Amino acid sequence: MNTELFFKPATELADLLGAGKLSAVELTKAVVNRTKAVEARVKAFNSFDEADALVQAAASDARRAAGQARGPLDGIPIGFKDVISVAGQPLTASSRMLANFVSPYDATVTRKLKDAGAISWGRLNLDEFAMGSSTENSAFQVTCNPWDLTRVPGGSSGGSAAALAAGEAIATLGSDTGGSIRQPAALCGVVGLKPTYGLVSRYGLIAFASSLDQIGPFARTVDDAALLLEAIAGHDPLDSTSVNQPVPRYREEMKRIRAEKRRFRLGIPREYFGEGLDPEVGAAVEKAIDFYRSQDCEIKEVSLPHTQYGVGVYYIIATAECSSNLARYDGIRYGHRSKEARDVVDLYFKSRAEGFGPEVKRRIILGTYVLSSGYYDAFYLRAQKVRTLIRQDFLTAYRDVDAILTPTSPTPAFRAGDKSDPLAMYLCDVYTIGVNLAGLPGISVPCGFSAGGLPIGLQLIGQPFKEAELLAIAGLYESGHDWQRMHPKL
Amino acid sequence: MPAPAELNIDHVAKLARLALTPEEKAKFAQQLGDVLHHIEQLSKVDVSGVEPTAHAFPIYNVWADDVAKPGLPVEAALRNAPAQRDNMIVVPKVVE
Repeated sequence: MNTELFFKPATELADLLGAGKLSAVELTKAVVNRTKAVEARVKAFNSFDEADALVQAAASDARRAAGQARGPLDGIPIGFKDVISVAGQPLTASSRMLANFVSPYDATVTRKLKDAGAISWGRLNLDEFAMGSSTENSAFQVTCNPWDLTRVPGGSSGGSAAALAAGEAIATLGSDTGGSIRQPAALCGVVGLKPTYGLVSRYGLIAFASSLDQIGPFARTVDDAALLLEAIAGHDPLDSTSVNQPVPRYREEMKRIRAEKRRFRLGIPREYFGEGLDPEVGAAVEKAIDFYRSQDCEIKEVSLPHTQYGVGVYYIIATAECSSNLARYDGIRYGHRSKEARDVVDLYFKSRAEGFGPEVKRRIILGTYVLSSGYYDAFYLRAQKVRTLIRQDFLTAYRDVDAILTPTSPTPAFRAGDKSDPLAMYLCDVYTIGVNLAGLPGISVPCGFSAGGLPIGLQLIGQPFKEAELLAIAGLYESGHDWQRMHPKL
Repeated sequence: MPAPAELNIDHVAKLARLALTPEEKAKFAQQLGDVLHHIEQLSKVDVSGVEPTAHAFPIYNVWADDVAKPGLPVEAALRNAPAQRDNMIVVPKVVE
């Protein structure tokens, strides 16, 4: 059976575009039409601009006709999580606070993708200000999981994962603060990569928790993820946390590493396979471990003894940083301004009360509390120290192994409305949070389906700035399986 | 580590410049009580002699050359302002 254009990987489409067998306009129309056909059910997009996408596609075709194609991404439609600025387009963070905000400039990742010829295609739904694990916290709509519309796509980058899984984009970008790329990728059956902290510029990304936030790609294949990473990574003077080192050519590097036929050493942390892990997820991940063993990889048990403290540390650090970052939404310079205010101070209180949804308010309250006078040492400082121990756990494990293998999410996609208790929702991120606290790269790769037909994800955690090796290890798994060729019926 | 009961939600909401309804206060106090109870387990960790981590890969003293560069034009910078007049943002009166 011929795969429809909108389900083909970017690398394959790039070959078709390069060989003149496909035009960017044809491809973009296929994606636009697919979006129009399924979006009423999936609800992944906050906004899209068909006319603008077709203008970009025509420009791509004109470049190619003139012999000036810019590389494999030229003409490929890519969706953006609605926290990443695209000049002249809405930028809402799925919040009433920014319902009418228009980006004055491009984020660095947006500019880099545009420079590579990619077509910016739509702004994708998320949990408000990227706070959540199900996309139910959006102020505008709840995105549905394309594999089962009664279930959530995960979060916070649920729109980015669902749009890709549904064929509404060829690749998408998300942001990951505690698992917000990897968990929705797992729940929607696509590849999601969270790069090492500092590898990708956050300039133009709406800030949530600045010591944790990182932008990364969602893609159909590991090779596509490498292609996207290569395009968006690199030093940026506009982000002072951006690391100044050369960007490897990830696709070539991962091929080279694969060709070496090195014996990868994979660590299995026993703390990630205990209570709370769904048996079907556990079985799928065990099968993946068996596969790696069959490929002559060395499987070693490792220990990350501070794992159980990850969620607690995260909800101190992330909320503290969010309470500070979101102080800028005061109704003065941009964003929602209350019409009911008596004076300027009242304006702050009311604009914020009207503009923010419940989860954002909860986190601002918690973050303000843990930073408040008398509590800083007990909460924030202690959390930062435990963060050091969590990071050391990983670095110690990496003396013996090249990467760590875990489930991405304890369960497959749950039903919308099933986790109304905030703490239960926070515990969804138990396997992904440590990676952000330690600043490491992590990737989720599809590794099977539950009996009910829901995707399951395998998480591989790499060493700092060794994305090429991580991608090679993920690619080894992918090359022995066909999960990436399965698509939801919509 | 302080007991969760010490979360004075009125005080914290004031610090955060966030108006909350009585219903929100009651609900958040209960929900955050559960979260703080979970967080309490951090007090079991021995952190003596452990340095805090603010960033996984700290970079210090990032300098930029002191050279003027074009910024956003006034019109673009004000495009998202809730109220504007004469190239300025209009705000409520601050001093009497």
